[in-house]
Amino acid sequence: MDLDLSPGEAAFRDEVRAWLAAALPARIRDKVRAQKRLTKADHEAWHALLAGRGWLCLHWPRALGGAGFTPVQKHIFEAEMVAADAPRIVPFGPNMLGPVLIEFGTAAQKAHCLPRILSGADWWCQGYSEPGAGSDLASLATRAVREGDHYIVNGQKTWTTLGHHANAMFALVRTDPAAPKPQQGISFLLIDMASPGVEVRPIVTLDGEHEVNEVWLTDVRVPVENLVGRENDGWTVAKYLLGFERTGLAGTAFSRQGFEHLKRIARIEQADGRPLAEDPAFSLRMAEVEIDLMAMDVFNLRMVSAANAGEAIGPEASLIKIKGTELRQRITDLLRRAVGPYAMPFVPEAFDEGYNDAPIGPGHAAPLARQYFNMRKLSIYGGSNEIQKNIVAKTMLGL
Amino acid sequence: MEFTLSEERRMLAETAARYLRERYPLELRHANAARAEGFSPAQWREMAELGLVAALLPPEAGGLGGAGADIALVFEHLGRALVVEPFLATGVLGATPLWRLGGPEAGALLESAAAGATLLALAHGEPEGRYAPAHVATTAREGAAGWRLAGRKAVVLNGDAAARLVVSARVSGALTDEDGLALFLVEAGAPGLTRRGYGTVEGGRAAEITLEDCPAAPLGAPGTAFPVIEEVLARACLALSAEVLGLAETAKGITLEHMRTRKQFGRPIGQFQALQHRMVEMVLEIEQLRSAVMLAAARLGAPRRERERAVSAAKNLAGRVGRLVAEECIQIHGGIGMTWEHALPHYAKRLVMIDHLFGDSDHHLARFRDLGMAG
Repeated sequence: MDLDLSPGEAAFRDEVRAWLAAALPARIRDKVRAQKRLTKADHEAWHALLAGRGWLCLHWPRALGGAGFTPVQKHIFEAEMVAADAPRIVPFGPNMLGPVLIEFGTAAQKAHCLPRILSGADWWCQGYSEPGAGSDLASLATRAVREGDHYIVNGQKTWTTLGHHANAMFALVRTDPAAPKPQQGISFLLIDMASPGVEVRPIVTLDGEHEVNEVWLTDVRVPVENLVGRENDGWTVAKYLLGFERTGLAGTAFSRQGFEHLKRIARIEQADGRPLAEDPAFSLRMAEVEIDLMAMDVFNLRMVSAANAGEAIGPEASLIKIKGTELRQRITDLLRRAVGPYAMPFVPEAFDEGYNDAPIGPGHAAPLARQYFNMRKLSIYGGSNEIQKNIVAKTMLGL
Repeated sequence: MEFTLSEERRMLAETAARYLRERYPLELRHANAARAEGFSPAQWREMAELGLVAALLPPEAGGLGGAGADIALVFEHLGRALVVEPFLATGVLGATPLWRLGGPEAGALLESAAAGATLLALAHGEPEGRYAPAHVATTAREGAAGWRLAGRKAVVLNGDAAARLVVSARVSGALTDEDGLALFLVEAGAPGLTRRGYGTVEGGRAAEITLEDCPAAPLGAPGTAFPVIEEVLARACLALSAEVLGLAETAKGITLEHMRTRKQFGRPIGQFQALQHRMVEMVLEIEQLRSAVMLAAARLGAPRRERERAVSAAKNLAGRVGRLVAEECIQIHGGIGMTWEHALPHYAKRLVMIDHLFGDSDHHLARFRDLGMAG
């Protein structure tokens, strides 16, 4: 048993670290560090740099233009990305649709879509949730009716992250409303967002930000060759994709980075004439989070290591998702509390590039309440933490 | 990164698991605990012959292992079966100072301890000391007839049955100074040694010890023992954290079985979501503890601060998780979980009472924080 990186793994980490230090534009890095808003162009520029190095599509085999990383390499790479203040890879094409097409796509779908994900020609979004289908995703109602060589799609998708940047959507739609089980009548379709009848409407979240959208679909014509997998077998595709989605949800690198940030702030902030880091109550809260984070790190490494050895990661991924998201939320909670009254000011324009006014209160305070509220999403998305508990109870504990 | 067990440790695990499965049913455990010594000397020797005590010590101390991973592995298995035999007192608390501070008779004594022939104990904590590692009021004076100890020692695990006691005492300095501490070897029959043995809440044995002008042989140079005391406590905290892991695993298994078979409102109570979610939270925290134990085991040989932080993290989590699992498992069992007759509450009691040994979750949380600030 050895918890430390092997010489080969350490060499890989050094290689990634050196490349990130050289390749990540300072302008983008500084925006990430200050938690300023990234534009579509920022994301595209960063994706292009990653793609140029062959490190955009981490899951894909090298023959298809991917990085071909092992699970351990992927873990190291993602931790270095966070530590370098690089923007996260927008996952919908590279991490989600790509692996699905590689597994289920037709030759034509692969030949058309994969290069366009790598080149940035397509920005994909995910059409899963609906107003009436959240945790109970299989109850989704968006209808697709076959008419000749097209499906006619009607319905409404929601929580579509960065859908306002997307030119394409992969979506779950109902093709057989009479199927005996709701999971059996669902298909996985690729939809061109430029099609007539597609309308994207912004949803402003509680932090005042526009990140997610509603997507209305009215008589949208989708060519049948855009069906991925078999008709009415979309649930199989969706479950496969979910496996890729959950692996990234532990977020231990974000938690580690957030905790280091908390330590810095707690040394600056004053409470009763001494640094907050020395406050008897606050310092114990920090210590408890740090202990849980140390354990979580090892827990995550155990899973990464098992995946590296070729073991299937089952309900353990749900455990990781629950604990990882709770921990990130606890850290953002402490960050918000660390700055006291200066968590209060709400100056949304301060997060735009080019805003140069002096901050209200300490510069580190501005994003913290916003981040805290934004991070409430972690325990809701990707299968709410309660759904994850149901999965563990059923599949791991046999209850 | 590598999480698989070595071939030697896999065999050790199999040996421990097989013996405990075949030869250590819970009824026997209760019978062993009820004996005057608080355990079965015959089973203790059998387990020692299998190498389970020697696994806790390195080869230079007559052992077969001694690394953090060995300690964690053995104690997780001991926890699974709720073993009452004196592995901690002899193999960790008593043997570590003998190994580290040597002395002329250490080699033979360690060999005898590893073989299950000689019982050891550590008399370190004192009535006023709570969990402070350097709080020692017991004094040591060197006279014409050698060293003599005077003082009182509290809750000495297996202190009533031990043939030799390792006793901490102060040769100089103030009550809680780290400097000026010494460790001594005291014979069970030494004049001036009084032992009041008693049972503990969860089925073990301990003793209150009084030393009055008691002859003792120094281990190492008197005055410099604190780093060894700290290392002994680190090894003990790792062992107990791993024991909590094993206890929690068994308590979880017993409770899951109850959830599958106990019916109320016409169906197994395991079908109720309120109970399912509580069980999943337990499973999650047990996995957290497993990770913390692995980390502490891996860092047992690291430089002091790194070692102590990892150990305090593990003991803190063991305290929190032990309490959670004990309370939740009793609650899920309902009334039957309150009875002496049922297996579960005996695991629950050990899960909780370990928090009272060598620093509870609050003590180790503050210690973890303070060690972090020092860096």
